[in-house]
Amino acid sequence: MAITVHIPTALRRHTEDTAKFSCSASNLDDLFSQLDTKFPALKPHLRDENGQIRRFLNVYVNEEDIRFLGGNGYAFKDGDEVLLVPSIAGGLFS
Amino acid sequence: MPVYELRCRECGKSYGNIPQSICHECFSPLEVFYDYEAIAPSFTRERIAQGPASMWRYSDLLPLPDGHKPALPTGFTPLLNAPRLGAAVGSKSLYLKNDAVCMPSLSFKDRVVSVALAQARAFGFEVVSCSSTGNLANAVAAHAARNGFQAWIFIPADLEPAKIVNTQVYGAKVVRISGNYDQVNRLCSQIADEHHWGFVNVNLRPYYAEGSKTVGYEIAEQLGWRLPDNVVIPMAGGSLITKVKKAFEELVRLGLVEPKHVKFFGAQATGCSPISTAVKNGKAEIDPQKPSTIARSLAIGNPADGHYAIKTITQSGGWSEDVSDTEVVEAMQLLAENEGVFTETAGGVTLGCTRKLLRDGRIKPEETTVLCITGNGLKTTDVLVDKYETEAPIAPKLAEFEAYLSKTLALPEAVAV
Repeated sequence: MAITVHIPTALRRHTEDTAKFSCSASNLDDLFSQLDTKFPALKPHLRDENGQIRRFLNVYVNEEDIRFLGGNGYAFKDGDEVLLVPSIAGGLFS
Repeated sequence: MPVYELRCRECGKSYGNIPQSICHECFSPLEVFYDYEAIAPSFTRERIAQGPASMWRYSDLLPLPDGHKPALPTGFTPLLNAPRLGAAVGSKSLYLKNDAVCMPSLSFKDRVVSVALAQARAFGFEVVSCSSTGNLANAVAAHAARNGFQAWIFIPADLEPAKIVNTQVYGAKVVRISGNYDQVNRLCSQIADEHHWGFVNVNLRPYYAEGSKTVGYEIAEQLGWRLPDNVVIPMAGGSLITKVKKAFEELVRLGLVEPKHVKFFGAQATGCSPISTAVKNGKAEIDPQKPSTIARSLAIGNPADGHYAIKTITQSGGWSEDVSDTEVVEAMQLLAENEGVFTETAGGVTLGCTRKLLRDGRIKPEETTVLCITGNGLKTTDVLVDKYETEAPIAPKLAEFEAYLSKTLALPEAVAV
């Protein structure tokens, strides 16, 4: 089983310009753990001091906000496209 | 520091002035910070009184590029005392801040777009863009035409027809998205990553949002340089309520008004009420909702400034209410019939919630309460079409009219004649 994670421009300087990342995470917690391992520089930007996913980071699965799918309770399915989108993001100067 | 610059609202990191809306360290929103000591000598009641009858009288406290020459006299809309409406809803001191007549596109969004486009020019953008529930689309399209930008506007496909035509007429490219606003907004975040466009509510958002402060400055000046006891503000993304608070705080800080404890009340439609639900449940964060309401201009289920709107309301001792679609339309009619102000559905939300707040004693009758009416009723006439009968025409004869009058007034024919 594989899912694809799309990394927004704002985060790519912490992923050595990787824009897409494939993994076999089973749920959101697992995905963030795998991101932590793969891109250690990204970790402090995704999680706050208490290890919680940052308030202004939204996660979408196949265009749907993961909170409508059950949040961490959602089990990723093969082929899921996951988007990480800061809540008010964007801009070529980023 | 320069007179103004962007800093992260949470971690304080400074970014200077660039088209960017979030902190790259923690994703929190960037906010415009000012050098108030540099501004204070020129930002006085006297200087403001000599300024133009528009929001540009407060230019010193707006993030504008040097030498900016505004192309339109946006803002400085009437603050109306509303005694008849007050009597109807139980307030002895009720005011309407009437942005239903804001120049040029008839909503408060003209204020924010004015500031955003000033920066868009300074940053060298040729295309300006936005995701919108309607009013912002109208404003960006109008201001873009006036200032010589191309405009690309992204809207949910089910928007009111009037708001679509009111965007297209300015020559803007309108892209209808089969999804709700939150989906449109997410798409725009991705587009802004790929194209060198000035998205007023994405990469220009920190500057854009500052335009909303002028609502607060005007309320204070038009009340004779004093602050009201309460303000009731409709909430979509939740930015306006936080910016009116910022405006009041700046006026106190610069000595233009006496310090005063103002309560902030937020208004939403029940069919899209993530902020009012959080306030009522004592939560600091919103849970996103799927919007289902006729108040489409407020139909944002995942409000970007929800967290800060909740904070503004609860820290002030205010509250947040929400009303049904039926109550929204009733309130639109009540406002028009009592004060001659025709507002769109969002204004119905604001008045409907105010009525509840007065009924529940959260707002007291003797307190001075200002309602922010943010948009014009001509844009949402679709919600009123089944409220009024189209009567059969009568012949152009006096006798026919007299007969009609008698019937209408249910008076004996002799008296009517």
